[in-house]
Amino acid sequence: MRYPFPVGDADFIQGDEAIARAAILAGCRFYAGYPITPASEIFEAMSLYMPLVDGVSIQMEDEIGSIAAVIGASWAGAKAMTATSGPGFSLMMENLGYAIMTETPLVLVNVQRSGPSTGQPTLAAQGDLMQAIWGTHGDHSLIVLTPATVQEAFDMTIRAFNLAEKYRTPVILLTDAEVGHMRERVYAPHPDELELVYRKLPANEEEAKYPFGDIHGDLVPPMPIFGKGYRTYVTGLTHDERGRPKTVDAEIHERLVKRIVGKIENNKKDIIDYETYGLEDADIAIVSFGIVARSAMRAVKELRKEGINAGLLKLNVLWPFDFELIEKIAENVERIYVAEMNLGQLYHMVKEGANGKAKVELISRIGGEVHTPGEIVERIKRDLR
Amino acid sequence: MRKEVLIGGFGGQGVILASVILGRAAAVYEGLYAVQTQAYGPESRGGASRAEVVISDEPIDYPKALAPDYAVLLSQQAYEKYLPLVKKGGIVILEKELVPNRNEELEKNFKVFAIPLTKVAEETTGLSLTMNILTLGVLVKLTSVVSEESIEKAVLDSVPKGTENINLKALRKGFELGEKAKNGEL
Repeated sequence: MRYPFPVGDADFIQGDEAIARAAILAGCRFYAGYPITPASEIFEAMSLYMPLVDGVSIQMEDEIGSIAAVIGASWAGAKAMTATSGPGFSLMMENLGYAIMTETPLVLVNVQRSGPSTGQPTLAAQGDLMQAIWGTHGDHSLIVLTPATVQEAFDMTIRAFNLAEKYRTPVILLTDAEVGHMRERVYAPHPDELELVYRKLPANEEEAKYPFGDIHGDLVPPMPIFGKGYRTYVTGLTHDERGRPKTVDAEIHERLVKRIVGKIENNKKDIIDYETYGLEDADIAIVSFGIVARSAMRAVKELRKEGINAGLLKLNVLWPFDFELIEKIAENVERIYVAEMNLGQLYHMVKEGANGKAKVELISRIGGEVHTPGEIVERIKRDLR
Repeated sequence: MRKEVLIGGFGGQGVILASVILGRAAAVYEGLYAVQTQAYGPESRGGASRAEVVISDEPIDYPKALAPDYAVLLSQQAYEKYLPLVKKGGIVILEKELVPNRNEELEKNFKVFAIPLTKVAEETTGLSLTMNILTLGVLVKLTSVVSEESIEKAVLDSVPKGTENINLKALRKGFELGEKAKNGEL
């Protein structure tokens, strides 16, 4: 297999470009999208590369159609992805729920810009965090990953595909205009160095009868691929193990939705990923994610130089969420700061996790500019005075 | 070793491309960490343009310039806006003809080199748009932020096919000017 970009080598590329390349290396062969700043470069790269790797990149009529096409492609056996930003992300919410309910593996990239509505198209924000987790209606769970560097954007795209396939679920890669547009060194491994996951397929006719059950006892049923000889009924209505609509039976509904939620929540250990710096002896913890975590990292270093024992928790996965980890940190520090580019979203999750064991404060910034390290340092020092 | 470079000018001068080439030289050819960011807006063409490159031998936390060690200022507007941000003792390269109004008092804080970059580029290659590449030559010679070899390779990776020779010519003229500037012979 020849790739239309360097593999087994380093390159200097934008976050958006890194996401496109990583998707292709992860085996993605179907992309559907609608151009939107600041995610368009992903689409541009896909349009350039897909024909060269026997894949498909298609412009749909809008974002509703984009995610619908991706769901269809996934059921036809392809690893599939779409990418968008704020307004397009909102349009995708209904079909995101359909993908969750039908247990369709796919990767949805949201290169966040500042909202609400069309907002500040070219500027970064982290205002879609709650929407990414809870934006589609009904009880559900899914996986949300968030990169802070271009290399992480690359690596997490590959991980997003692996998790989507492993757990038969949509995975959201929640990044932002800063990471999407900045250029950094990225090492793209040769595909032989990569561990790639493909969805579990039915071993036989009998297994294929239960594409929405739990025949292996791991909450993740095998997925019969369209056109491979099995008759499968796929619906967003509440359905039984065989996929048949059963819309008024409480027991069937509860069993289905609890399994869909459980396959994520019961595998938290496998999914959750984070990094810490200086938390061991910290009196003050900063919790952050994405681009802001890089400012927070520098702020922690500067605070430590001044003799203030600060530490950082950088979240790489936003959902499922490790409430217990936050509580453990809260038991050991006096105060937790949450630095994020919104008016307080992660803040509420951290507050719930802290469970009253430490004071939780928000360091918020909106308008498109990332917090400077100095801003974070000043705020914390002011509170200490 | 964290080094911050800021390039400011107006759209069309090749500010962004110059920053990408510099970052590439560091990241791909020197094995260093490098981040390139740019002020990105719908008004980019003709309006103010700014790009930053941070280069380091360890992972880069905050990806933007806090106080640039080196600045290339290619317009009066960029000069007024960004000169005050430059680190004390920093190296500043000015497009002499496009920055007519200078603040001598403020400039005392830096090592300032004013060169008619666009004019020299035009005289060297016949194309004023090679000014950004020529300027990279001056910057690299003056600061050694990356090696001459690395910047040459990065230029060759990044310029349109068929323009390699004129761009190399512009880059080398930049090296020459940088050398003169270093020796106070400008």
